[in-house]
Amino acid sequence: MSALLEIEHLRLRLPIEGELRTAVHDVTLDVAAGEAVGLVGESGSGKSLTARSIMRLLPAGAEVEGEVRIGGASLAHASGRELRRLRAREVAMVFQDPRAHVNPVHTVGDFLTEGLRRTRGVGRAEAERRAVALLREVGVDDAPRRLRQRPWELSGGLLQRVTIAAALAAEPRLLLADEPTTALDVTTQQEVMAILDEQRRERGLALLFITHDLELAGAVCDRIAVMYAGTIVEQLPAAALHREAAHPYTAALLAARPALSGERRPLAAVPGRPISAFEIGSGCPFASRCPRAEQRCRDERPALRPVGAGLAACHFAEAVHAARTPEESLDA
Amino acid sequence: MPIALFVGRRLAALVATLLISSVAIYGALAIAPGDPAASLAGGSLPNPQALAQIRAEYHLDDPFWTQYWQWLSGLLHGDLGRSIVFRSDVADLLSGRIANTLLLVAYAATLIVVAGVGLGLLAALRGRRVNQLVTVATTVAMGAPTFVMAIVLIWIFSTKLSWFPVYGSGDGLADKLWHLTLPAVALSCTWVAYVSQVTRASVAGELRSEHVETARGRGLPNAAIVRHHVLRNAAGPILAVSGLTVAGLFAGTAVAEQAFGVNGIGSLLIESAAKQDLAVVQILALLMVGAFVVVNTVVDVATALLDPRLAERQGATA
Amino acid sequence: MSVAQLTAGRARPALVRRVAGVGVVTAVAVAICALLTAVAILAPLLAPHDPNAVDPLHAFAPASGAHPLGTDDTGRDLLSRLIAGARPSLAGPALVIVASTTVGAFLAIAAAWRGGWLDATIARLLEVLFAFPGLILAVVAAAVFGAGFVAPVVALSIAYVPIVARVVRTAALKERALPYVAALQVQGASGWSICVRHLLPNLLPLIVVQAAIGFGYAMLDLAAISFLGLGIQPPSPDWGVMIAGGQPAILDGNPQQSLYAALTVVVAVVSFNLVGERLARRFRIEEQG
Repeated sequence: MSALLEIEHLRLRLPIEGELRTAVHDVTLDVAAGEAVGLVGESGSGKSLTARSIMRLLPAGAEVEGEVRIGGASLAHASGRELRRLRAREVAMVFQDPRAHVNPVHTVGDFLTEGLRRTRGVGRAEAERRAVALLREVGVDDAPRRLRQRPWELSGGLLQRVTIAAALAAEPRLLLADEPTTALDVTTQQEVMAILDEQRRERGLALLFITHDLELAGAVCDRIAVMYAGTIVEQLPAAALHREAAHPYTAALLAARPALSGERRPLAAVPGRPISAFEIGSGCPFASRCPRAEQRCRDERPALRPVGAGLAACHFAEAVHAARTPEESLDA
Repeated sequence: MPIALFVGRRLAALVATLLISSVAIYGALAIAPGDPAASLAGGSLPNPQALAQIRAEYHLDDPFWTQYWQWLSGLLHGDLGRSIVFRSDVADLLSGRIANTLLLVAYAATLIVVAGVGLGLLAALRGRRVNQLVTVATTVAMGAPTFVMAIVLIWIFSTKLSWFPVYGSGDGLADKLWHLTLPAVALSCTWVAYVSQVTRASVAGELRSEHVETARGRGLPNAAIVRHHVLRNAAGPILAVSGLTVAGLFAGTAVAEQAFGVNGIGSLLIESAAKQDLAVVQILALLMVGAFVVVNTVVDVATALLDPRLAERQGATA
Repeated sequence: MSVAQLTAGRARPALVRRVAGVGVVTAVAVAICALLTAVAILAPLLAPHDPNAVDPLHAFAPASGAHPLGTDDTGRDLLSRLIAGARPSLAGPALVIVASTTVGAFLAIAAAWRGGWLDATIARLLEVLFAFPGLILAVVAAAVFGAGFVAPVVALSIAYVPIVARVVRTAALKERALPYVAALQVQGASGWSICVRHLLPNLLPLIVVQAAIGFGYAMLDLAAISFLGLGIQPPSPDWGVMIAGGQPAILDGNPQQSLYAALTVVVAVVSFNLVGERLARRFRIEEQG
């Protein structure tokens, strides 16, 4: 499969208190059409900013380096007009909090049809017809009535379905989903994830799924990229996640999940706190928290290289990979 | 229909406030020290016959609520009473002057809305330089209350430049507008600053909001985003503040009229207050309070129409 | 980027900037406020001349050694009159603020505590009071009780009550809903003691900020009143009176009296407002911290 989305050495710096600070160090990632890639990381890892950098939805003063291409067309260097075209037709994004991201003074119907009416010149009646069809596809019942309602009259799960429908209205080739289920309760989470998955398969979309939930990504995506402190530290197929993790951070995340069966153990937590991209020095970003860290780790930043089923950025990736269980791989 | 209910409630509140205010204003006569008849005579002491006449005319020997009712029903029938001090009907005193005041207030209000909102929009939408410039200008203007601005303007335009007349109200519409320019500027200065700062903050806040992010992510052109997602959402606080300022203008006009020698009801209020002519003061105070409350209610309703969520919320708690 | 990380990285540089950069403006404002207060208190000792000593032969004398700011329309020393004027110009707003804040806070806490009919009644009362702009009420008061210092001060105090009460009431309601209040009630503490010994101290920062912000506005309103001739009467020195008194002379090319007094008012109001706003910002930061 050729890649639809190509990110090459993406680097993002943001103005914080007058200084430019690095938020994303170096991200290289591909997503093919029809493929679902999970971008997993904790708060501050830079995963949301990476997604926003793809669409260039960044605060004023942000500086982006590197290349982002969709279907061959450069997003990173697109002019204003070209950028708007790409946003309107090629890429769409679903955000974490539907309540904040839907304008409350307009109706749901306005929200759904706005893109079509203003960027594609579709007439109102036709746009509403398509909106109703989309709502039905995402499982929203009583669609015509919903169009007349206001966002605050809908539940969180329902509103998120609406935003997904709105994203699909543009018939994009790439869908970015930034923690789309984090703000929802567990049952609704499953429903919304099912909708995303179904739509992805039916339309052959490329899906970049951003989340902090490694297991969720493992269940839904084809491939997983793990981010830490602004860099990708591991990439591997989702199927290989539990057996073939090759980076201590991934292993730590896996080990930290409480087991529902088996003997009871104390919860394994990763000591320290997740750091941001601008806080790392010249060595491995995870060195300060890694049980395997040695002097080499603090001096030399490991590059992303092939290990096992995927790529990992660790000097000791082979050893981590060879361990049988995540807990074992953490023993230095 | 939540909107209808909301409007109904606000109208009821308006009437209630007006009634209670009128009682309070009328009650001012009752709590005035000394003989009410003498108060109505404006502090000067006419002979006992005249006092008795006043007492009869104003029903001062009747119980309070009867007096109040006489006064109120007279008002509603267009009888505004008589000023002993000025020796004429209050209605006559007003008729000449009300046009000047309305013109002045309308002039100032236009300046406030156009300049205030305009500057605020410029500051929020046109980048950092413009923003800083406007912020500095408005901070300075905020420190210049009407009577200070009046002095400064009078000084500049009577000794340095002669673009505008400094005193008087003029004859005929064009002449009046020319005369009322300086008073309108003095009156509107601080409010322009305030409105522009609120506008800037509101619009800047909306620009950063998540739903604008959604709109940008859809590839909507900037103009469309500003029109449909920023202005409409930012309008709430701007409208509320504009309403308050116009309402406050009715009070500030007294200072502007007095300083610039404009013949309006504001200066009439000050004159009659100085002469302690309560009959006139009561009517004018009621007029100003009434105007204030009406404008506030109109603004509340308009805000609710713009953003229906407010109607739900306010309707529930009002 | 989470907020936690942003603030963690912020700790050291911000402290330095606060004391030096942003702090300069505030420091100047605080200094001016302190100076004005000192002048108001020590006025009789500081004035180089008797503020009421007329000298018609030397009206509008230019600035000189004896009269650093010149003289006014009846030959009185401008500097001395400005200094003497500080007393009523600051005392008036102080009284207004103390009175309105006390009454307003009391009503607000009582309304928030009792709720029900008391809250509804007080809310209705405040709404009516809101309809009376301070200036109008002061004018009516002057009409009824005669112009002077007292009537406008009392009227403004009444007019400012709803402004304070509205803000305090919202905060009091929030405070009242906190669990510790329920805990105290269960322990048998009386409503009065809870309000006075627990609610009030927690609301005190907010009340103080309201007072500080209101001070500037009260000063403006009272200056406007005396400018209109309905407050302190000439020949008493008061900044508003001086502005009005000097107005006719502007046309003759002698704007000093009005302009110096106006400048003093503006500087005073801006300084007090700046201090008030700084307090407001600090309080809000502490609230979130």
